Amino acid sequence: MAENPFKDIPGTTLFDAEQSRLGYHLNMFCMSLMKAANRDAFKADEGAYLDRFPMTPAQKQSVLDRDWNGMLALGGNIYFTAKIAATDGLSFQQIAAKMSGVSQPEYAQMMLDGGRSVEGNRSKKDKH
Amino acid sequence: MASITAGVATSHVPAIGAALDNGKAGEAYWAPIFAGYDASKAWIAAEKPDVVILVYNDHASAFSLELIPTFAIGCAAQFAPADEGWGPRPVPIVEGHPELAGHLAEQLILDEFDMTIVNNMDVDHGLTVPLSLLFGQPDAWPCKVIPLAVNVVQYPPPTGHRCFNLGKAIRKAVESFPQDLKVVVFGTGGMSHQLQGPRAGLINRDFDIAFLDTLVSDPATQAKVPHIDYVREAGSEAIELVMWLVMRGALNDQVREVHRFYHVPASNTAVGHLILENRD
Repeated sequence: MAENPFKDIPGTTLFDAEQSRLGYHLNMFCMSLMKAANRDAFKADEGAYLDRFPMTPAQKQSVLDRDWNGMLALGGNIYFTAKIAATDGLSFQQIAAKMSGVSQPEYAQMMLDGGRSVEGNRSKKDKH
Repeated sequence: MASITAGVATSHVPAIGAALDNGKAGEAYWAPIFAGYDASKAWIAAEKPDVVILVYNDHASAFSLELIPTFAIGCAAQFAPADEGWGPRPVPIVEGHPELAGHLAEQLILDEFDMTIVNNMDVDHGLTVPLSLLFGQPDAWPCKVIPLAVNVVQYPPPTGHRCFNLGKAIRKAVESFPQDLKVVVFGTGGMSHQLQGPRAGLINRDFDIAFLDTLVSDPATQAKVPHIDYVREAGSEAIELVMWLVMRGALNDQVREVHRFYHVPASNTAVGHLILENRD
């Protein structure tokens, strides 16, 4: 089988069938946060709330640690994990900054300056 | 007979809706974005479509991972704004057009586009932000809206080619509807943006401008661009741009570009916008 070209893109996890299968319960936990009562229950006792879902221990820990990139690696999808950010009262830019390893003001300034350049970011081969 | 007179393409960034809803549209950050739609508001007020077919994607609001339809058409009489985690947007209920939507579903399926029929669905910012950008903040939306949701959350979305051909099939189906209706098709999402991972914040202005040019002048060529090019060049969420090809497919080969707007940034995203009229 040919190499998956999407795996050559740096800093990017394609949410494909495999990731969707791995992350199903993690993402369905995130989906539950659409309801105010569930958000309250999660905030009251995060560990106990997570135990309602058949997630792996690593997935639960990534949520408790707010390890946004870790969640993606374990099958999380950004539209779903963003619901945790909303529950925490964080803006999308704040978690985008965390995922890309800079402060929120630095990230906001990068966007004002035209965003992250694609130069050097197309292929893992570009990275040294 | 119903006919498609024009197409509108626009990004559907949620923060734009939040800025409008929270009275921030006049702030220095947001004002240039809304100004880019002033001409569009005047244009659509004069165009007066009876129905908008609005091609968009749901963002884990109506569809979770339990059900992932590739193409879903909303056939209900009404669609409520979705609660995306901080309460529904304070925008009017979206009024559907069940007769035309039902006709489209039938004709598209017979034309071998196997649509999922949705009779109960809330609509998120993907659908309501484009309405706000074009119509402002009215007490009621001035036309009927048929939501057409495309999966772009789990890879693979439909190909650009498939989206382009769906647009062509939508046109045929609209033109076989017996009522006199003026229909405008919206293609939404994009432009370059990546919301996830260490590469978040990617913007590729050159890619976006080339996309706008090619979509207008040579859509069949744009339709051949594979998913990997969108993701690699313009970010993982730029793949939403395939939805613009549905709109473009519903128009003539030759179109008149009435309006274009491009702006970076709106939050994490490049905002792009086109109004295209059918040229005889």
